[in-house]
Amino acid sequence: MKTENQIEDLPGDAAKTSEEHSYNRRRFLRDTALVVGAAQLGVAGLAGAQPEPVAATQEPEIIRPFQISIPDEDLAELRRRVLAAKWPDHETVTDDSQGVQLATSQELARYWATDYDWRKVEVKLNSLPQFVTTIDGVDIHFIHVRSQHENALPIIITHGWPGSIIEQLKIIEPLTNPTAYDGSAEDAFDVVIPSMPGYGFSGKPTTTGWNPERIARTWATLMARLGYTHYVAQGGDWGAFICNAMAEQAPAGLLGIHVNFPSTIPTEIGKAIMAGNPPPAGLSADERRAYEQRLDLINKHYGYAIEMGNRPQTLTGLVDSPVGLAAWMMDHDGRSCGQISDLFVNGRPFGAITRDDILDNITLYWLTNTAISSARLYWENKGKWSLSAVNVSIPAAVSVFPGETYQAPRSWTEKAYHKLIYFHETDKGGHFAAWEQPEIFAEEVRAGFRSLRA
Amino acid sequence: MNTNEISETAGTPGEAYTRRRFLQNTALAVGAIELGIAGIARAQSATEPVMTMAGDPDSIQPFQVNFPDEALADLKQRILATRWPEQEAVTDDTQGVQLSTIQAVAKYWVTDYDWRKFEVRLNALPQFTTEIDGLDIHFIHVRSKHENALPIIVTHGWPGSIVEQLKIIEPLTNPTAHGASAADAFHVVIPSLPGYGFSGKPTAPGWDIARISRTWVTLMKRLGYAHFVAAGGDVGAQVVDELGVQAPPELLAIHSNMPGTVPDDVAKALNNHEPPPAGLSADEQHAWDQLDFFYKKGLGYAIEMSNRPQTLYGLMDSPIGLAAWMIDHDIRSEELISRAFAGKTEGLSRDDVLDNITLYWLTKTAVSSARSYWDYSATAKKGFFDVKGATVPVAVGAFPDEIYTAPRSWAERAYPKLIHYNKLPKGGHFAAWEQPQFYCEEIRASFKSLRA
Repeated sequence: MKTENQIEDLPGDAAKTSEEHSYNRRRFLRDTALVVGAAQLGVAGLAGAQPEPVAATQEPEIIRPFQISIPDEDLAELRRRVLAAKWPDHETVTDDSQGVQLATSQELARYWATDYDWRKVEVKLNSLPQFVTTIDGVDIHFIHVRSQHENALPIIITHGWPGSIIEQLKIIEPLTNPTAYDGSAEDAFDVVIPSMPGYGFSGKPTTTGWNPERIARTWATLMARLGYTHYVAQGGDWGAFICNAMAEQAPAGLLGIHVNFPSTIPTEIGKAIMAGNPPPAGLSADERRAYEQRLDLINKHYGYAIEMGNRPQTLTGLVDSPVGLAAWMMDHDGRSCGQISDLFVNGRPFGAITRDDILDNITLYWLTNTAISSARLYWENKGKWSLSAVNVSIPAAVSVFPGETYQAPRSWTEKAYHKLIYFHETDKGGHFAAWEQPEIFAEEVRAGFRSLRA
Repeated sequence: MNTNEISETAGTPGEAYTRRRFLQNTALAVGAIELGIAGIARAQSATEPVMTMAGDPDSIQPFQVNFPDEALADLKQRILATRWPEQEAVTDDTQGVQLSTIQAVAKYWVTDYDWRKFEVRLNALPQFTTEIDGLDIHFIHVRSKHENALPIIVTHGWPGSIVEQLKIIEPLTNPTAHGASAADAFHVVIPSLPGYGFSGKPTAPGWDIARISRTWVTLMKRLGYAHFVAAGGDVGAQVVDELGVQAPPELLAIHSNMPGTVPDDVAKALNNHEPPPAGLSADEQHAWDQLDFFYKKGLGYAIEMSNRPQTLYGLMDSPIGLAAWMIDHDIRSEELISRAFAGKTEGLSRDDVLDNITLYWLTKTAVSSARSYWDYSATAKKGFFDVKGATVPVAVGAFPDEIYTAPRSWAERAYPKLIHYNKLPKGGHFAAWEQPQFYCEEIRASFKSLRA
């Protein structure tokens, strides 16, 4: 993407920078209907369906259609940067115990620069009903697909980090059109797939306060604005924390939640993990396994989250270097990193996730310049141990995928989700459950919410 | 990934815990010269120490720096092409290095900064490389004209380099020109850590603090020194503490400006997010507050470097990414550097800061230096600031803006042979670099008692 602020243009003070920022962006976007508040711009290229620009502040409840149209120059620039990447030396180990291996990064870069085609996913996304609406001062982008079935249950599905709407694309059809997937019409859903503020094509907050609780309230507003008086919410990673927050807020329309990343860790256990202690006595086998999984992750694979939680603005390398961004995103957790590496280097399948899928997601972060804005969510949540057992009293369904970073034991889950209407350990799938195992995931969501249907 | 690594023997943490323990012992809130360097041999002056013949495995080679114009042009072009994030959502640096700061860095870097000035300055100093334990070690070696000068090896840290030590060479080797006496002279040796600067990058794991310490002893002996003292901050402080534990016969004493003095009960309370032990003095409470802050808010980069250094591709590919990451080492340093780029120079000039960052960029040592944290933490038995058990004479310089200002009480407990303790009025993490005069006075005073 052509940089708005070449060094020569750099003004002396921040206020002017942001003004110039927004002027350049508005000039760039003059053909779009989506002229939003200057501070919320952060979106690469938009082509609007409406001929007239509509200022967000004038008609805040409007739901505006949205289409993506990334300029060729942005894609060419990305390719140039990938090809011009400056590399470190090879790791001094023969595995990924020092991080994303050089061979992995270079193979990903090679594919990205030569074979990968963003336009494919752009076409796919533009074939889906996409919208933007302003809530609480921030533009919220979402996909909204209504089922053909009459009594479809509305569901809002939230991604996490380093995820996006890309993760959810393969579950839309199975959820809205179950009969084409060995399901029944009674299990149909109307699907709403938003991007959190600071992610994807949603706006970037310019002030603090956009924590999971605020996002949860925004989602309740969104569903009401879409005319839904009854709905459910689903999420993994941050999406699960959003669902927890929604459940605790218990907005009128929310019937229940489904999470594939439940917050179940008892307080004292959590403290012990964070202190780096070995598991205490008296844990069941499942509980001990979960303890050790979390301890292992905290010990070995949590640096990114701590840096993002404390110093997100320092991560300018992620916004300036595509290969830097790709590696940081790939390295979310050990299993995912290993799977993605295997996929690129050895062609080993990662469930339904293809190389193009991985790059669709990374490229989305790159083109929308959301590496740092997405990191600020960690900052907003700082100090809160996100997997701490919640106190959810509305109906909750939990799916435990074997490759998730920890397998929540039923004993802990029941204590956190007091009305556990569904608990199931699946055979396959990991942290990016919907993305990796869309059909298993869809079946989990159907089964999880079946008892809530009128 | 082996998820069972931690359950070795009952109650014994495994490798993973050891790695994390290196950083803090606390909870988380969290050769070969293969670079684009053209080394040019230069004739030795008469004041150089005994040189061995080239071809001898212990040989000491002269070294000069001369990066090609293309490397500097490429750097400039990349900075100019930087893709920027939006501004932080706060009005201060609580989310990290502010956009206005890093853009000011970028602007100065491409318009006013001149690497060649630094190269000339560096090349005016006697520089060498020698291979020790399979790795090329680069060092500056300046001998005092005063015969009985005390040899000292001064070690930098991360994100530091030999750049930090340049201002102290003259005052230490030539004290009479700086208001001190000939009896206070030093012969100065300034190496680069493996994976940093012009030293080689290890190609196998194992270059931990103990190995570096042994290498430094070998270096000093190879230079002909039967006795020496060692000083350091940051990683250099880990090295001197380790030298103090190894206690080689050649080592007379150490000086640290970031000493490991945190008592076990304090470290444990910090780790477990408990309140501080009762009865802390004002100095001790202040140190607690500083450590608490650093562990809760300042440790992210160190944890990532200790665990996943190879993931940091962005630091190799983006000069501004590298700059921001380095500037953000600790909050006081970040603030000092931000002030410098806002026009309020104090301790460190803009050129100083960019000499150092540019050195990392041109030597391509962002990831190799990050990897050093992985190597250090692989074998570390104690945290960065914990007591290590040095038995040699120890001198401590406690600077007010260091990550934590070691209280005298803790220094006395940590070092059975504490020969000097001083609380400086000014200066932070990069003590020698920011406050060379204070630092040199401190070094002279520390080792006065050792002079024959």
